[in-house]
Amino acid sequence: MTTTKKNNLPTILVIAGLLIFVIILENIRSVFPFLPQIFDPMSPLFTVLKKAAVYSLVAVSMNLLNGFTGLFSLGQAGFMLLGAYTYAILTVPAELKDQVYYLFGGCAFQFSFVDFFKGIFGATGVPGAISMVLGCLIALILAGCVAGFFAFLIGFPVLRLKSDYLAIATLGFAEILRAIFQWQRLGPITNGANMIKGFPTFSSFNITDGSGRVVLQLSTFVPFLITTVCVVIIVLLINSSYGRAFKSIRDDEIASEAMGIKLFSHKMLSFVISSFFAGVGGGLFAMYVANAQAKAFTSTMTYEILLIVVIGGIGSVSGSIIATFLYVACSEWWLRFLDSEQYIGGFKVPLLRNGFRMVVFSVVIMIIVLFFSKGIMGSREIDLNSLFVKKDKKKGQK
Amino acid sequence: MGTLACGKVHIMEYVISVLLSGISVGGQYALIAIGYTLVYGILRLINFAHGDVFMVAGLLGIYLTATLPIPVSLPLVIVFTVLLGFTIERAAYKPLREAPRMSVMISAIGVSYLLQNTATYVTGGQPMTYPTIPFLSDTVNVAGTQTKWVVIITPFLVLILVTFLTMLINRTKVGMAMRAVSKDFETSRLMGIRINSVISVTFIIGSALAAVGSTLFFTNYPAITPMAGAMPGLKAFVAAVFGGIGSIPGAVIGAFIIGICETIIKGLPSNWDVSVFSDAFTFALLIVILAFKPQGLFGEAAADKV
Repeated sequence: MTTTKKNNLPTILVIAGLLIFVIILENIRSVFPFLPQIFDPMSPLFTVLKKAAVYSLVAVSMNLLNGFTGLFSLGQAGFMLLGAYTYAILTVPAELKDQVYYLFGGCAFQFSFVDFFKGIFGATGVPGAISMVLGCLIALILAGCVAGFFAFLIGFPVLRLKSDYLAIATLGFAEILRAIFQWQRLGPITNGANMIKGFPTFSSFNITDGSGRVVLQLSTFVPFLITTVCVVIIVLLINSSYGRAFKSIRDDEIASEAMGIKLFSHKMLSFVISSFFAGVGGGLFAMYVANAQAKAFTSTMTYEILLIVVIGGIGSVSGSIIATFLYVACSEWWLRFLDSEQYIGGFKVPLLRNGFRMVVFSVVIMIIVLFFSKGIMGSREIDLNSLFVKKDKKKGQK
Repeated sequence: MGTLACGKVHIMEYVISVLLSGISVGGQYALIAIGYTLVYGILRLINFAHGDVFMVAGLLGIYLTATLPIPVSLPLVIVFTVLLGFTIERAAYKPLREAPRMSVMISAIGVSYLLQNTATYVTGGQPMTYPTIPFLSDTVNVAGTQTKWVVIITPFLVLILVTFLTMLINRTKVGMAMRAVSKDFETSRLMGIRINSVISVTFIIGSALAAVGSTLFFTNYPAITPMAGAMPGLKAFVAAVFGGIGSIPGAVIGAFIIGICETIIKGLPSNWDVSVFSDAFTFALLIVILAFKPQGLFGEAAADKV
């Protein structure tokens, strides 16, 4: 942390440039309507960018735990679930609650942050926008806090366990949470097994004029901004003395204990922080899919994120981010053609039908796991400060 | 799952039917749990793909009985499942023998992902109905409770298989090698035990039992989906941990306890709405046992404490 501000300036510039680039990218077609369909805000490009921005936060948070602290946890989906539900419950506007919770005769929890701030600042125009942004922001932070708090509670029994027992215990914890949130008795709060919807999503951040026409698209920029802020915080943490303690625990628990590092409290710190960001990621995920539903947060989701981390390189933040964008782009966009019948000339390509994409995908993943176990980046990082001389590898240009 | 649905069931019949199906589900978990406990005992690997091998065995049962007569197809299911287990070990775990334990586990998760996705592709994502196997699917009347023969047969079959397996492990040379490898991997290699063949035998036994388990399990369940193996697999693993990982009797007893508890929870009055917790209960049990008695009921105290 002794690096001078001058040294970090290129990094800040690159990140700021990237964020501005995202805004330009999603608005460019409204200025130049002749541009190809791909620049339309509804195109797969922006779906991929949004989803990847959300997933990269979760992947980085998982990497903090698995890659930097050496704690093999598989509870990520559970913490995302907590975050998603916290965000959703706290931001559904009061007038929609009866409609969303109609099966349970309305919601037991009438409070909504968005309404709360609207009461202070006003509900329309610029004050209305400020209320919504503030409400969502606070709800997201609380989403992280709830996830972090549960991580703190579950950490006491679980963090004393060794590697694979820790994995299966955290996986079990996520499954327990999933069952609790689907419990009909909690329906007035969690809406039972049904989805919660009606809360502000990414597209709520688009700036519209009086008639509802979008003036400025911000729906891709918002997840990018939040993820960037969170990832920067995580990177700062990794580069701090805490981060060095995490890495030493990963490399040798006994040696680092002998050096005076308190094992349990550092593991707990890493677990809680990782879960905090997984919770924020869960809130973002709810915004991305525009609903919160417990059955979405399965162990398969955790496996998916784990595989992303492995592809990117366990112990590399930039690797996780690159891998997320590649993974999401492949699964949502580039490999879509494998799922439908294709003809080359008159020849029908065999095997192609629904589901083939995921088979190809999992074979590729197995190849990476078996033969390229270091992943894309290994434990190296992209040094943004030296980016002006090196090859440009910004995440948004995928 | 017995006749729990009717409102006014006599209390005795109710208890019997819960116990019967609990023991039967437990027996099916036991057959999967043995695969976990053997592999974990030897490789220290949670074979996440084992539950999916079980699911594939179920699908094989569907596809093979559709074309071949049952006396031919059921043994073939076992043969193919064994081949699958063997191949998975050779292709996905053997190359990583010297790698950190976590890499092997990630590889196992990858295999599980691959098997699920392949199953989705092959079945088109539709739930597949398991064929009715004569005799096993026939109903029988036990103490006034209607149930299927498979429910009655399962615990006995499990006991027979476990007895054979225990004899195999305690009396034969392969069994001795397995015990040696699970005690100390490196030393037994130095003693001239062919590690790779011992590990293959372990996977073969585990897969064969999973194939038998799948026939029993899916006869009792309406449909197989690509995800159908994941939950029984995880529960069987919990059973193995509960009984003490590496111990076969422990895995069997753990599986019976979990099976019975799960059926009891499912059988509780429906206005309590607790049936969603039948899966969660297993994991709560896992966290409790790991927190208080990590070596399980019958496991040996772990030597690698540090």
